Amino acid sequence: MAVCLKTSRTALHYVRTRPGPAFTHLLNRTFFSCSSHHCNPRIISTNEYRVHSSFLGLGSRASQHSKALKVEDHDHSENEEWDFPGGKVPFTTKIKFTDDSSKDRIPCYRILDNCGQQIRSSTSEMISKELAVKLYSSMVTLQMLDTIFNEAQRQGRISFYLTSNGEEAINIASAAALSNDDVILPQYREHGVLLWRGFSLQEFANQLFGNRSDYGKGRQMPIHYGSNKLNYITVSSPLATQIPQAVGVAYSLKMEKRDACAVTYFGDGSSSEGDFHAGLNLAAVLEAPVIFFCRNNGWAISTPVTDQFRSDGIAAKGQAYGIPSIRVDGNDVLAVYDAVREAREMAIKEQRPVLIEALTYRVGHHSTSDDSTKYRAIEEIEQWKTARNPISRYRNWVESNGWWNEEQESELRGSIRKQLMNAIQVAEQIEKPLLADLFTDVYHEMPSNLQEQERSLTETMKKHPQDFPSGFAV
Amino acid sequence: MLMRRIGRSSGASRSCFFISRGGFSTTTATSPDGTTLLPTKTSTPSSSTKSINLFTAINQALHIALESDPRSYVFGEDVGFGGVFRCSTGLADRFGKKRVFNTPLCEQGIVGFGIGLAAMGNRAIAEIQFADYIYPAFDQIVNEAAKFRYRSGNQFNCGGLTIRAPYGAVGHGGHYHSQSPEAFFCHVPGIKVVIPRSPREAKGLLLSCIRDPNPVVFFEPKWLYRLAVEEVPEDDYMLPLSQAEVIREGSDITLVGWGAQLAVMEQACADAEKDGISCELIDLRTLIPWDKETVEASVKKTGRLLISHEAPVTGGFAAEISASLVERCFLRLEAPIARVCGLDTPFPLVFEPFYMPTKNKILDAIKATVNY
Repeated sequence: MAVCLKTSRTALHYVRTRPGPAFTHLLNRTFFSCSSHHCNPRIISTNEYRVHSSFLGLGSRASQHSKALKVEDHDHSENEEWDFPGGKVPFTTKIKFTDDSSKDRIPCYRILDNCGQQIRSSTSEMISKELAVKLYSSMVTLQMLDTIFNEAQRQGRISFYLTSNGEEAINIASAAALSNDDVILPQYREHGVLLWRGFSLQEFANQLFGNRSDYGKGRQMPIHYGSNKLNYITVSSPLATQIPQAVGVAYSLKMEKRDACAVTYFGDGSSSEGDFHAGLNLAAVLEAPVIFFCRNNGWAISTPVTDQFRSDGIAAKGQAYGIPSIRVDGNDVLAVYDAVREAREMAIKEQRPVLIEALTYRVGHHSTSDDSTKYRAIEEIEQWKTARNPISRYRNWVESNGWWNEEQESELRGSIRKQLMNAIQVAEQIEKPLLADLFTDVYHEMPSNLQEQERSLTETMKKHPQDFPSGFAV
Repeated sequence: MLMRRIGRSSGASRSCFFISRGGFSTTTATSPDGTTLLPTKTSTPSSSTKSINLFTAINQALHIALESDPRSYVFGEDVGFGGVFRCSTGLADRFGKKRVFNTPLCEQGIVGFGIGLAAMGNRAIAEIQFADYIYPAFDQIVNEAAKFRYRSGNQFNCGGLTIRAPYGAVGHGGHYHSQSPEAFFCHVPGIKVVIPRSPREAKGLLLSCIRDPNPVVFFEPKWLYRLAVEEVPEDDYMLPLSQAEVIREGSDITLVGWGAQLAVMEQACADAEKDGISCELIDLRTLIPWDKETVEASVKKTGRLLISHEAPVTGGFAAEISASLVERCFLRLEAPIARVCGLDTPFPLVFEPFYMPTKNKILDAIKATVNY
């Protein structure tokens, strides 16, 4: 508790000294008064419920929410409006600039408190025992997958890894609220979505090892997964490029009148890229059924959100583009599930984009090439790892419903560990991709320059076999 | 990107090119009043062809593309009303605003959107209003479109994407309405770069690009939109990609070019002929993957090579052609390979006549090469 308070005060000071922070609302009294080990549910419920109910007062439908974009305090005495392209604009004689969007923070939708106590009483009906347990076991699987693959990188068995630690709720709950027909355009920290859709642990391992069974034919770094059969478009490293692409995907779904939407994930850092703005604006104008899902995890490698933007996070930007937007507690499984389910319904029924900003924290390092303790306090990381851990928080709720117990927990973890170790061993044994796959798929058909280069390389390999790694069948 | 419109040529005394059906001959016809620049017809159209200019040929190709595939779309800035060069005239009326539409003014958005649309199996025909403004979309083209198939192990592709962009000098375009950025894109495995020289070529090549299962950047010589008139078949036809065409046969020197520059090169060839130099002129048509074999065969025959393009000479695609042909024809070359290209300056407004690889610059280089 002492550590928690110290960290939080430091954080609060930091936030207060910098205008326009994205995280102020998380640093509330509730947060300070609670850790995963010491809860006071009564106090928390009161505080949290107030925030929650006032938000519900605006209506949980983001379409209504978007209509709240009004310029207040205008002098309408002239009763005149300017019929300007794009809609009527009221006149005023008062000179007044709009407030910056960080003044009144968009509230954060949540259902569970920090200790997994349910704030909103009716929500238990929205989720069956079967779904609840599947959500939980998938989160545990994702966490273990990350832990073990990360360890495999540390042991030098794979070249690179990147975890979703701390963001398990976002990964799994958002995936669960979607249909498998919805087309995913991921960034790179959403492999839980793929896991939920049925990508096997072996398929994960094959990609990480870049072996002959890797769908990407060993061409991309680890974690660049993709699956045609699971409607999960292959990851690419450049940030935010997937966002305008998702609008194109959504437009296709719209034109085909499909009961599906496009869903694209990205981080807080990506929201600074031009492609983010390009995508949102295009989607709004073209009325494309796409969900923009921002994982605002506070950090873009070492850059905190306070160095990233001065707006009220990402939700405010969605609103500015004319897109219904919601802010949700990304560490609350039920809230994420609820928000995505609602967003999907809106996107498809109303044929328009929706934006979700999920607040969370990147508990792990950016990747195995990063040491985040160089730029952020260990106490801060620990705080999020424990007090706001999405898995333990959700476990409290599942257990309180009598749907999970310690015995199931240890059985699950034991089984997953075994499967993961086996997947790694198998992936290591699978041979390397065919050398021919160096040259295929650049174009639909191989052009003559590549045929020539393939012949030339084959000759060089015969001449200097020692220059090349073994195991690549010609 | 404030000044984006270049409308009808303002009537400066430009030559008009008439391109006959069989070959590539040009005639000059200075406009008398400075407003009408369409040349007089000099050949009889057959029943299946019509004499049209280049933007009309593009327009015909787009009509056919939309007509023949219900999953094809045309979009870009100002495309809805027909486009600033009139290439999309009548499309929205005929095919509806869901298939032919304006986009916000955002090149990276246009191309990104097109990639997503193409990835779903559609034919996405994106227009970038000027090639000078394609750079915001460079990342989407280079990192996304070009690698979409390769990086997914062929699980996904955006082969249905075609990016059209008017390129090149126009007489009064200055820095930002004149550029020829083709070399940037020729350094990117995974895309094709195609540039037509005439209306008939434009229609057939554009239809091939739209239907090709690879993303293509299609640069249209905007100087020729109205100036070049040719007999063009009215029906649906395609011309092969990655196949160069010998458009003038000769024995003393090979000239390689593409797009609008070919008309200038043709004039140089004609003048050289008067001096007894027989020139072979090749239209490369597709810059990547390009047809080395046709150029190689020609250079082996003539023993000399000259390449000409409007883009700055340093790092231009002529350098790549030159290097490749030295590799293949070193012992057959009788003279150094000549490059007659744009200067290594930004495209300069009032200095355009100095910057350009003009007919006489080419003619001098032909003579110098032949007399080496």
